[in-house]
Amino acid sequence: MTEPNTLWTVIICLGLGSYFLRFAFLGIVGDRPMPKWLLRHLRYTAVAMLPAMVSPLVVWPAATGGQPDLPRMLAASATLLVGLATKNVLAAIISGAATLFGALYLLG
Amino acid sequence: MSSTTPKTRTRASAFWKGVADGTPFLLVVGPFAMLFGVLATEAGLNVLETLAFSAVVFAGAAQFTALQLMQENAPTLIVLASALAVNLRVAMYSASLTPWIGAAPLWQRAIAAYFTVDQSYACSVAQFEKEPQMTVPQRMAYFFGVLTPIVPTWYISTFIGAAIGTQVPESWALDFALPITFLAMVAPMLRTAAHVVAACVAIVVSLLAAGVPYSLGLIIAGALGMIAGAQAEAIIERRKAEND
Repeated sequence: MTEPNTLWTVIICLGLGSYFLRFAFLGIVGDRPMPKWLLRHLRYTAVAMLPAMVSPLVVWPAATGGQPDLPRMLAASATLLVGLATKNVLAAIISGAATLFGALYLLG
Repeated sequence: MSSTTPKTRTRASAFWKGVADGTPFLLVVGPFAMLFGVLATEAGLNVLETLAFSAVVFAGAAQFTALQLMQENAPTLIVLASALAVNLRVAMYSASLTPWIGAAPLWQRAIAAYFTVDQSYACSVAQFEKEPQMTVPQRMAYFFGVLTPIVPTWYISTFIGAAIGTQVPESWALDFALPITFLAMVAPMLRTAAHVVAACVAIVVSLLAAGVPYSLGLIIAGALGMIAGAQAEAIIERRKAEND
């Protein structure tokens, strides 16, 4: 896929960057208070970035050449619903996988 | 061991409490790391590159993001910016751990920073709030206790995934393991209306912006989702204050 040089650039820069993100507050900010508006935005990074990354993969899966696919839509919905209902990551993953395999077997 | 009350907690008992609290997460960490190993080798990385990726970056979600964007041939800067944006939540973790362990020696905090991940953060904050009388060395012992079962599992499972990688048949539909895993991680985080607003805005924008060049759609959608969540939180707080 990528040139080895690009890959190692990504690995090293991403490693340094991720480390800096973790060290910034714990090591540098220490006990000083942080601006409220910043904390308010940081709180929503995970719930914004992760769904934003996943949505196009659910609606236009690469495995079907970008054609919307019912088993994958059903699996994504099942994962989300079970995750919301149980707050349990593992239960949600298992439900999603079971739905995907079940629907692929029955529908396709 | 007969330490029944929290007051008698020692550094050793704090460590072992951490080990006990961290162990159930192996059920998530093992498969997640293995999945990274499999997808990375399928994307063309060799075993060494895959392991280095996991060891140097040590952040599952950011690793998957980088991998996905590299396969889409996104420019390196976009790959880095997107993966780091996905990882912004560990900055949040780091910030919220600071009041508890910020007084530890710098070298300990420097090591703890590398190991600040979902599991060590979630367990630690819950434990520190439950037993606020724990000393800083005991808190550090607990933090590293949680990591003791998790970290070796992360490396070893990545290796196993990379080793079996290309032998996984296509009928296993592994392409969809990543969306399922991420959705499963996000669902329990949707605790408030503001979280739901952030997620919904991010989803809608990510679909509308799917055609934006250089895979910039992810960053645009994520940023707008964060702003929407923060705005929703501010509005909800203001309404609450008005009603009181």
